[in-house]
Amino acid sequence: MNILVCISNVPDTTSKINFIENDSKFDSNGIQYIINPNDEFGLTKAVKLKESNDAKVTVLTVGEHNVEATLKKCLAIGADKAVRIDCPAIDAFSVAKEIEFHCKDTFYDIIICGRESIDYNGGLVPGLLAGFLDYNFVTNCVSLEVEGDKATFSREISGGTEISESLLPIVIGSQKGLVEESDLIIPNMRGIMMARQKTLDVIKSRGIKPKAYDLKFNKPEVKSEVKLIKPNELDKLIDLLENEAKVI
Amino acid sequence: MAVLVYIESENNNFKKSSYEALSYGKALAEMMKKSLCGIVFNCSDFESLKAFGVDKILNIDNNELKDFSSKKYASAISEVIKSESINVVVLSSSPDSKFLGAHLSGMTESSFVSNVVELPDTIDPFVVKRTCFTNKAFSTTELISDLKILSIESNCFGLVEKLSDPKIENFEIKVISSNQKIKSIEKENGSVNIADAEIVVSGGRGLKGPENWGMIEKLADALGAATACSKPVSDMGWRPHSEHVGQTGKPVSSNLYIAIGISGAIQHIAGISSSKVKVVINNDPDAPFFKAADYGIIGDAFEIVPALTEKLEAR
Ligand SMILES: Cc1cc2nc3c(=O)[nH]c(=O)nc-3n(C[C@H](O)[C@H](O)[C@H](O)COP(=O)(O)OP(=O)(O)OC[C@H]3O[C@@H](n4cnc5c(N)ncnc54)[C@H](O)[C@@H]3O)c2cc1C
Ligand SMILES: Nc1ncnc2c1ncn2[C@@H]1O[C@H](COP(=O)(O)O)[C@@H](O)[C@H]1O
Repeated sequence: MNILVCISNVPDTTSKINFIENDSKFDSNGIQYIINPNDEFGLTKAVKLKESNDAKVTVLTVGEHNVEATLKKCLAIGADKAVRIDCPAIDAFSVAKEIEFHCKDTFYDIIICGRESIDYNGGLVPGLLAGFLDYNFVTNCVSLEVEGDKATFSREISGGTEISESLLPIVIGSQKGLVEESDLIIPNMRGIMMARQKTLDVIKSRGIKPKAYDLKFNKPEVKSEVKLIKPNELDKLIDLLENEAKVI
Repeated sequence: MAVLVYIESENNNFKKSSYEALSYGKALAEMMKKSLCGIVFNCSDFESLKAFGVDKILNIDNNELKDFSSKKYASAISEVIKSESINVVVLSSSPDSKFLGAHLSGMTESSFVSNVVELPDTIDPFVVKRTCFTNKAFSTTELISDLKILSIESNCFGLVEKLSDPKIENFEIKVISSNQKIKSIEKENGSVNIADAEIVVSGGRGLKGPENWGMIEKLADALGAATACSKPVSDMGWRPHSEHVGQTGKPVSSNLYIAIGISGAIQHIAGISSSKVKVVINNDPDAPFFKAADYGIIGDAFEIVPALTEKLEAR
């Protein structure tokens, strides 16, 4: 079985976000990049499926040279092979199209994406990909079982969980719950050494035209000072929420 | 030529988030000088939709579409898009709508932007503002395909009433087949859902243990609020994962967010910063949350929360 995990290379969660060039570009100066947390849950699940389903796990990123450190970390975690499609990631449409072409060249039974990335976080790529490929699709996925060519999975819905089944191939939007936080694999020395033997293919982009462009970024307005209320003046809080903020 | 809103329903009841999507859709249709069309599945009572300015309602009545299926629904909506010459589709940001939106965008090879917070700046070019970097920033984004799909952040636009007398039509489609089937649905009983909630009461590690959540639930009940928690609380299994909010959990864009015993780490704040009003209750005056909040109480949650609940119940 072939599993593809699509990896988005994102700023570390503690990053302070700034923009340059007249607020038109993200300032990557001093930023540490990590595997998008939702993708890391998916990758861990894929590595677990390797043991139970004799699968081969490929990780893929659409991006420029600087994303390779993140792909190497994925190899150290346990992916067998990495692929980088060589072009800047401009919008979800062009990223998903590039991945679609790759998936038409190489068949994958399961394609795992994160539910959303924490940078552009549109939550778009997995759905687009499923639509382009006409594969089965589930997002906000919190469990996945594979047996032969059949998958059983569940997703979070408003106020509950929905359990479904389908045949493969399938596109998954992964999140915490698919595996637990404590299941995440921290690469050890052996993993890092082994990763050096694994291949990282760089493939040419198809030059897909984006359908959305970020023209300009801005940050939320700075908050005004907090209004402190004494613990013994709770009526005042209720009054403020009712009459000043008008939220209760 | 029209703007189309997907109106979500459950047992013939429309979701509140869909009324907001309609309100947004109406304002957008007026900006574009187009009519507003709504699509519903298997509904019979359309009375409440008349308050939101919709000109035409297309009802798809089909037993095969009783359960939500992203693929079947997206395919049905794509037929409506063709037959009604739709330019823009507006969706709420409920889990089902976002699920379907991306799928629909893939099927129709069109551009989709999510987390939209305002009406477009301009229609031609089509430029909208959305959140990105998990609410740490906004992006002004230009969409360039003929068909555009937007999903709007909840509580960003509010409900705007505008009476209308919509035409109601049954829309016939041929349902596509799919081997993806729902086996069962497990509902958590009675709780208000975080995504739909106007008020969210959230607890952190400062509450010491799961046995202390009774007071959080009582406060939430008094306010008709949903309950939520910080990441370590769900990691330790004190509360279900579905309550974890923040950068790696759920985003919350409620009108009121009450954080109790939560320190206010950057990853937590990122997920809740689009909530309108934030209240923090924490016994450490240096807790970073005080910098992100509108109202704060420095003190012991175990005393404040029950007292506050009592006062709210007595109102
Ligand atoms: C990659 C990554 C992603 C993350 N994503 C998220 C995320 O999505 N969401 C998230 O929440 N966190 C996230 N975190 C974790 C985050 O960094 C913090 O560790 C976490 O938010 C802290 O949770 P807390 O505020 O509940 O606990 P603590 O930081 O332990 O804070 C407890 C607070 O309770 C207060 N307190 C104690 N006793 C009382 C009392 N009696 N009355 C009132 N107050 C009291 C304390 O003063 C303290 O401020 C992430 C971390 C990483 C590394
Ligand atoms: N540049 C990229 N390369 C590969 N996968 C990506 C890329 N961007 C996004 N993805 C995948 O799509 C998911 C959702 O991303 P997004 O649509 O940006 O929220 C991510 O969690 C990744 O799995």
